[in-house]
Amino acid sequence: MRQYVLKRLLLVVPTLILISLIVFTLNHMLPGDVVVLMFEEKAYAKDLDALRAKLGLDRPLYMQYFSWIGQVTGGDLGESLWTKRPVLEEIMHRLPVSLKLGAMAIAVSLCIALPIGVLSAIRQDTLKDYAARSAAIVGLSVPPFWKATLVIVLPSIWFGWAPPLQFTPFSEHPWQNLSQFILPAIILGIAPGASIMRLTRALMLEVLRQDYIRTAWSKGMREPRVVLKHAFKNAIIPVITIVGIQVAEIASGTVIMETIFGLPGMGRFLVDAIFQRDYPVVQGVILLTSLITVVINLLVDMTYAQLDPRIRYQ
Amino acid sequence: MREISLPLPWSTVGKISVRLQAASRGVWRLIKEKPLGAFGGVIVLVLLLCALLAPWIATHPYDQTNVRNRLKPPSAQFYLGTDNLGRDIFSRIIYGARVSVTVGFGAVSIGMFLATFVGVGSGYFGGKADVLVQRLVDSWMAIPGLLLLLNVMAVLGPGLLNVILALGVVSAARNSRIIRSATLAIKGNQFIEAARAVGANHLRIIVRYVLPNIMAPIIIIATISLGFAILTESALSFLGLGVPPPYPSWGEMLSGSGRSYMHKAPWMATWPGVAISLAVFGFNMLGDALRDLLDPRLRGGRLVRR
Repeated sequence: MRQYVLKRLLLVVPTLILISLIVFTLNHMLPGDVVVLMFEEKAYAKDLDALRAKLGLDRPLYMQYFSWIGQVTGGDLGESLWTKRPVLEEIMHRLPVSLKLGAMAIAVSLCIALPIGVLSAIRQDTLKDYAARSAAIVGLSVPPFWKATLVIVLPSIWFGWAPPLQFTPFSEHPWQNLSQFILPAIILGIAPGASIMRLTRALMLEVLRQDYIRTAWSKGMREPRVVLKHAFKNAIIPVITIVGIQVAEIASGTVIMETIFGLPGMGRFLVDAIFQRDYPVVQGVILLTSLITVVINLLVDMTYAQLDPRIRYQ
Repeated sequence: MREISLPLPWSTVGKISVRLQAASRGVWRLIKEKPLGAFGGVIVLVLLLCALLAPWIATHPYDQTNVRNRLKPPSAQFYLGTDNLGRDIFSRIIYGARVSVTVGFGAVSIGMFLATFVGVGSGYFGGKADVLVQRLVDSWMAIPGLLLLLNVMAVLGPGLLNVILALGVVSAARNSRIIRSATLAIKGNQFIEAARAVGANHLRIIVRYVLPNIMAPIIIIATISLGFAILTESALSFLGLGVPPPYPSWGEMLSGSGRSYMHKAPWMATWPGVAISLAVFGFNMLGDALRDLLDPRLRGGRLVRR
């Protein structure tokens, strides 16, 4: 196990370096006219040269990268052009909102996916199975921002009620704060839930065909026990890895949900920053989100290895 | 007896008719074994027809504004109602199919070309280059897709061509992974070794032996990527960083004005969403059925999502 952990940790290093390179290159290859636009629209500096210097565009690219990476590893993501405050500080204000939304969405997706996936597998090719699978594809096809729009519009037409779009901090009104997260979390959780359900079903089908399950049946065991205790426990392990993959998808989804439901998280900050042409913030948000994704995936892989000895000894 | 002169030699005619027969058998199999997949195919066909024949299907020009017809509910004159500028929503949705299809096929062409190039190269040659490329793909995949896209769009600026480029490049990484593993599976076969033994060079082996054998996964991924591209384009346009007006993008119709008038004119926020969902559903269903029919190994995998 220790060897596996070490190997997995070593793999993270080049990934992080490459991510930093991708994000850096993207935001430092700004076309000249974008800088001119930044200057004309937002007047972030006295003149063009000062703005270029502020963005670090006045030095050769590789030098910019090394000084930037030095700052980043020291926890300095630069300063926002728009709010004039450190990017990291701005992000840390908003991170909890996004993390809470993301965590709730994952919880929702698992609550939908696991029971339906198992049911769909043990009732393979019945009406229930078809209904569940079709629902999964519909869930994947309907864009989340439209689901959100409908959730806001339909109740107001039918019952004259609309979900609150004004954010209440947790410290002021904990219950109202939580209820504000529930709708976006459910909407955000549907699509990953559909993916996880499809995987759960496929894995359950595979496990249910194995010899030890037949043995369990022939011993006269009851269905719930065979399905839950014997089959589910083994089928669930690979599902953990897809949860890791879904983290990146959910991070993408928070951008849209926060924008629609007025939640002051990182995603909405990113969209605002893009319209303010605040590139240090854009760069910081994307770097930090990717870092979180990588770390969560690392944890997922370790859990996987812990649960399934075959992975460790490969 | 005189030779009948044909524009094509007989052998070519024979090949074409064999191909046509095979294709029609394939379509028949799709309808019989995967009715839902065939249904998806029909949706895709309708989408393509709308895009192609938009000027003939639409009842009004997509950008004709008329203040007197503002926010009209659906009627015989305006099938799906009008928006806040008095534009006919039905016509805008029909023309919107053009935007979606253009973005979809453009982005998927770029994405699949890149993914095949990287995936086949990395899988076929292996070695240190493979290790390096795979680390790059890992990192690329670790950056959440929409965030990366938003960043690319923030740098490039909104625009039809920019959306196509960004979507193509961003979706390439994950697809290259699948193509790489398909290539690895083919590479170990004896016919590759045999080709090498008779002196075929790498390019010839890749073009003649590897590519034809990984066509199934390529077609499947391309179909599913089309749905993904349409979905993502609508999300970008919804956030205001996709296809800019005056192009009638479905996502854009749902953003800003669509949402601010959604209580007064719910049809404005309804129909574009139906259009996106149907289009993506069609490609997902078709892709799913193709996967089951063409390549059972990929079963149980993932679908498109945002």
